Amino acid sequence: MLSKRIIPCLDVKDGRVVKGISFLGLVDAGDPVEMAGRYNREGADELVFLDITASSEGRKAMAEVVRRTAAEVFIPLTVGGGIAGLEDIDRLLHAGADKVSLNTAAVLEPALIGAAARKYGCQCIVAAVDAKRKADRNGWEVYIYGGKKPVGLDAVDWCKQVEQLGAGEILLTSIDCDGKKEGYDLELTAKVAESVGIPVIASGGAGTSADFYHVFQKGKADAALAASLFHYGKLEIRELKRYLQTSGIAVRL
Amino acid sequence: MKLAIVDYGAGNIYSLEKALWHIGVETVVTSERRVLEGCSGIVLPGVAAFNDAALRIRDHDLSEVLRRQVKEGKLLLGICLGMQLFFEESEEGGCVPRTEGLGLLKGKVVRLPEGLKVPHMGWNTLEITKQGRALKGIGSGSFSYFVHSYYASAAETDCISATTDYGVQIPAVLEKDNVVGMQFHPEKSGETGMQILKNIKEMLK
Repeated sequence: MLSKRIIPCLDVKDGRVVKGISFLGLVDAGDPVEMAGRYNREGADELVFLDITASSEGRKAMAEVVRRTAAEVFIPLTVGGGIAGLEDIDRLLHAGADKVSLNTAAVLEPALIGAAARKYGCQCIVAAVDAKRKADRNGWEVYIYGGKKPVGLDAVDWCKQVEQLGAGEILLTSIDCDGKKEGYDLELTAKVAESVGIPVIASGGAGTSADFYHVFQKGKADAALAASLFHYGKLEIRELKRYLQTSGIAVRL
Repeated sequence: MKLAIVDYGAGNIYSLEKALWHIGVETVVTSERRVLEGCSGIVLPGVAAFNDAALRIRDHDLSEVLRRQVKEGKLLLGICLGMQLFFEESEEGGCVPRTEGLGLLKGKVVRLPEGLKVPHMGWNTLEITKQGRALKGIGSGSFSYFVHSYYASAAETDCISATTDYGVQIPAVLEKDNVVGMQFHPEKSGETGMQILKNIKEMLK
């Protein structure tokens, strides 16, 4: 039976893992390759590196991080953040990434999804969608540039569209829930998961083991992503998976 | 001991190379007959689309080369789409006439049924049906990583060493003499996958 996936996400800047600390901003949190190895040993099903570097120098560092990780860790590795075109995708896949996630670039140039899927296969292309509930509470709107700019697209419609364009998977982040640790947006996740025929990774809001249970059960997600929860050692992946297994969710243990 | 990875001209084979290097297998990516003939084994990797890969094989006149190498006893490993190319034909791509596969195994490749999430993506359990060489040390219930939209239907059942359950029973490992196919990606399947690749390395000797 296909298991539900638990995916830790690492924010990487200039080739180093960073984490945000209140009042201090971003602080160095270690070597991404080491952390990837640790998550792999703890039972992570996949890994996501999110490149939050702004400079092109830093982007080269990302490819190097991917190269070193892919030589040691043999589970699927997705890289996202700032990917603008086929050249970026090519560089990351060459370095050993298995998938790339496209966010802002996919909204600005939807044809990129199709072009990338034809060149590398749908399985390589993850559409990352950042969604925020509309002010009138009637559905969700897509945001780009790291959740800063609304683009007037309905999130569920956009998810259906990225599937048509050739994306193999959707990484769906709730801007409303992100960082609050009060649980995933179950309504948004379920709505998208029921509207598309490709797998959906839920992201944003995980605070407890029960949140994962709910996003699989009520949110109908195929995978759940979390960053800080695993990062700060608040929840250990294997422990989480044992909890999910006893709750009747199929996981890889 | 060198393993040739057949180059379809597209797709992501870098993870596969890295996994093979990790266990001390040298690789060469090629679509040249002489290089293929000079290697101890050949891999058809699991990326690209069926038609593109089948056409590439035809354009480089590789079908005959591959069939002859198999006949001479060389190990041929097919991963995911690479395994699907072992069969006679595939529904993928919807070309008329349909692009032919290598015909090393009987049967055809069909799309996963309606109502299932496609691609079948993620970790699924293996049900071992026959203890072949490729699965030495691997027990039923072991997880491996799948990503595919088509699967081998009507396969010769006596070739099937393992299946996986995704609403339909999907042949996961196929073994017929020196031809070994896997629907999942061993290079992405953690320790289980590395053990399977080590078994393949043993078979190269």
